[in-house]
Amino acid sequence: MTGSQAAVVFRFLRRRVWQVAPVVFGIAMLNFLILQLAPGDVVDVLAGEAGAATPEYMARLRVHFGLDKPVWVQLAYYLKNTLMLDLGFSFRQNMPVLTLIMERLPATLLLMTTAMGVAVAAGLALGVLSARFVHRAVDRVISVFVLITYALPTFWLGLMAIVLFSARLGWLPSSGMTDIGVKLDGFAYLRDVARHIVLPALTLATFYLAVYAKLVRAAMLEYFGADFIRTARAKGATETRITLFHALRNALLPLMTLLGLQLGSILSGAVLVESVFSWPGLGRLAFESILARDFNLLLGILLFSSVMVTLLNICVDAVYALLDPRIEL
Amino acid sequence: MEARTFLKTAAILGFALCALGLNPANAQTQGENPVRGGFLNVNIQTEPVTLNSAINTTMYIGEVSSKILDGLVSFDADLNPVPALATRWEVTPDGRTISFELRKGVKWHDGRDFTAADVEFTLKEVWQKLHPFGRSAFGNVTKVDIPDPHKIVLHLSAPAPYLLNYINTYGAQILPRHLYEGTDVVNNPYNAKPVGTGPFVFKEWVKGSHIRLERNPDYWQEGLPYLDGIVIRFIPDPAARVVALQSGEVDVAVGSALPPTSVGQFENNPNYAINVIDGNYLATIAYLQFNVRNKPLSDKRVRQAIAHAIDKAALLKVVYLGYGKVATGPVPSSVTKYYAPDTRQYPLDLERAARLLDEAGYKADASGKRFKLRQLTGAGQVQNTRTAEFVKQALAKIGIEVELQIPDYATFLRDAFTEWDYDMMNSSMHRMPDPTLGVQRIFWTQNIRKGVPWTNNSGYSNPKLDAIMEQAAREPDEAKRKEEIREWQQIVQEDVPILELVEPLWYTVSSARFKKRALQGDGLFSSYADAWLEPKK
Repeated sequence: MTGSQAAVVFRFLRRRVWQVAPVVFGIAMLNFLILQLAPGDVVDVLAGEAGAATPEYMARLRVHFGLDKPVWVQLAYYLKNTLMLDLGFSFRQNMPVLTLIMERLPATLLLMTTAMGVAVAAGLALGVLSARFVHRAVDRVISVFVLITYALPTFWLGLMAIVLFSARLGWLPSSGMTDIGVKLDGFAYLRDVARHIVLPALTLATFYLAVYAKLVRAAMLEYFGADFIRTARAKGATETRITLFHALRNALLPLMTLLGLQLGSILSGAVLVESVFSWPGLGRLAFESILARDFNLLLGILLFSSVMVTLLNICVDAVYALLDPRIEL
Repeated sequence: MEARTFLKTAAILGFALCALGLNPANAQTQGENPVRGGFLNVNIQTEPVTLNSAINTTMYIGEVSSKILDGLVSFDADLNPVPALATRWEVTPDGRTISFELRKGVKWHDGRDFTAADVEFTLKEVWQKLHPFGRSAFGNVTKVDIPDPHKIVLHLSAPAPYLLNYINTYGAQILPRHLYEGTDVVNNPYNAKPVGTGPFVFKEWVKGSHIRLERNPDYWQEGLPYLDGIVIRFIPDPAARVVALQSGEVDVAVGSALPPTSVGQFENNPNYAINVIDGNYLATIAYLQFNVRNKPLSDKRVRQAIAHAIDKAALLKVVYLGYGKVATGPVPSSVTKYYAPDTRQYPLDLERAARLLDEAGYKADASGKRFKLRQLTGAGQVQNTRTAEFVKQALAKIGIEVELQIPDYATFLRDAFTEWDYDMMNSSMHRMPDPTLGVQRIFWTQNIRKGVPWTNNSGYSNPKLDAIMEQAAREPDEAKRKEEIREWQQIVQEDVPILELVEPLWYTVSSARFKKRALQGDGLFSSYADAWLEPKK
């Protein structure tokens, strides 16, 4: 990257980051209003689970939680707190929302980046191979494989993987992020986490992998017929060089677009896999907070993830420019 | 263990097993030669939100906190009290004074002495004020005396014969006064890192993953616990729990944590054991309830007709896969002291059902249809939704069309208990060991309270029954009380505002290496002080 290019990227980022604020604020307000539509509140659930309650006790809880105030007052409080970057308190979990999110965030990020990394790498490799040997045996085998992984429900695949690799073969642990019984340090700890992440990450990767492979294959095939490829061939470039340097670089653009969109599903996509593998991530926390009507927590997670998604999308936009000089920031 | 109690336990187990058709060798989790050491991996159905059972009686909280905090007693396999923090107790003949001798030399996990002041504080500030049913259980206690640091005397405004059934670690958990006094009990940080007197000390809670407990070296029962510690693991997916038990990552799955369809594969397998008495204390019943405010359910004959149209034995087999018993009335059969089987029963009889509906004026039209009802249940518990489907099919046979409404749990609570917006609902409920606290609340006119879960939301009101229930609540004479509770069951079975369907069993599936010295009727809330893991063979 040249100096002037860096300046352009910097100016772009500065402009876009300012745009994040109103977007996130709008999302926060929408989140709050939509959640008002759900019947029942956290006090109902607390009393329902406890198995008994009195009206006085429930009324006291509602006052304590601020649920007795009119909706617009609650909204004003919420927006004020959001502006001051205060995510509030989860009355159900008895903990500040930020603490709860920070406890779970590393696990989610680790699982998602690993799974996405595997999916992108494998998807690219399969897509390129498919396109390079189109309509030959390799292409057919890959197509069938991709179709199967795309069609299999991830939770089922996860369960089958546990049955095979944990219960039958005993190679890998079936649940959690670390071995609970022992305290490990340094390298041993990393090894332990790595053993635990294999099954959930691969399971989660299969679905995305299929999409990426198909996309790369289609894009590459399109470029194989393009003028600049013909020119490259005429200049005497080898097929490998054409595939990797000419076609692939262009095929990366649609892949980036899709990746940017799917980063939004970082949280939602992992709920099933997190449940099956007892992975202590954010997706499950969000899911449980919906069922429990723990809206402070849910709003916190939603806000947090909307910030993350907007920021990641800005990064994706910047990466476009790096991949394709024709795109202006 | 004494031979007598052992035989009794064996007899109970044998009975439960016959009902299930289980292999007795498969069900014995009782052992004789304890082994020291090792960590026990326990799985429960849902991660708790706090670890203080004195303010929240959710089962999952009790399943963990019972290892850390004690009650005054625990209950044996027959639900008779066994001393825990109380060594002896006495009720005066008029039922108005109850005194407890407390165990001496007991220390809290932080080293402070346990005394009667802890019990007094928890009773007055927590059970009476914040505990979901403690406010009724201890409502009559007006004065507490502490003649010496290890004796406590409760003075009651009226006899409370039910009180002694609620003093285990689940019904009345004792908290350390020195950590709770003068604080906001509900938000006290020790609710998430409890300090107790129990056999295990709280070490860590990694949310979404596990809770780790370690051996209490100063536990009041000499030589116990056998285990070095317990790890309670949370596995949200039911199928993954099954695999975790198979792969040995989990040793015990308590509180029916495994789906019923998977329990079969652990039966008749020498490597696993199944215990079905752990949850007897809860005395759970699955039931179908009618909103008697709504036509045509306001007519007793219509409710009786519906009762005659449901084959409970088939429901038990199809939905509960045999893990339970057919329910015969509002007091579950496990509450042996008060259970009355000689009440009106409703065997499957479609002709009689049709006749009753005809008499009530709801004749079938040309296509055989009579009327339409909505049925509400909460999503989440698979047995509840399957029961709703079963009822729909059963009632179609007598010309009643049922529309199922299965929203999520919070919406279900709103519709059922705040809006009263349903015709029929089905759910399950812990009836607990005493009818006055566990059963009265769903029939009592005074407990028709909008917006409060698990109250009388059928709208049923019968002054005659109200009088009987109120008398039974303060009756010091045990024989008379039994008779009153019998009459109560007969009235309810005649009027059927609630149709009791099945008494589901709580099953604990464990590795055969998991053993306990004595089985407990409140085994879900066992301290596990007497539990051990036999070495791998």
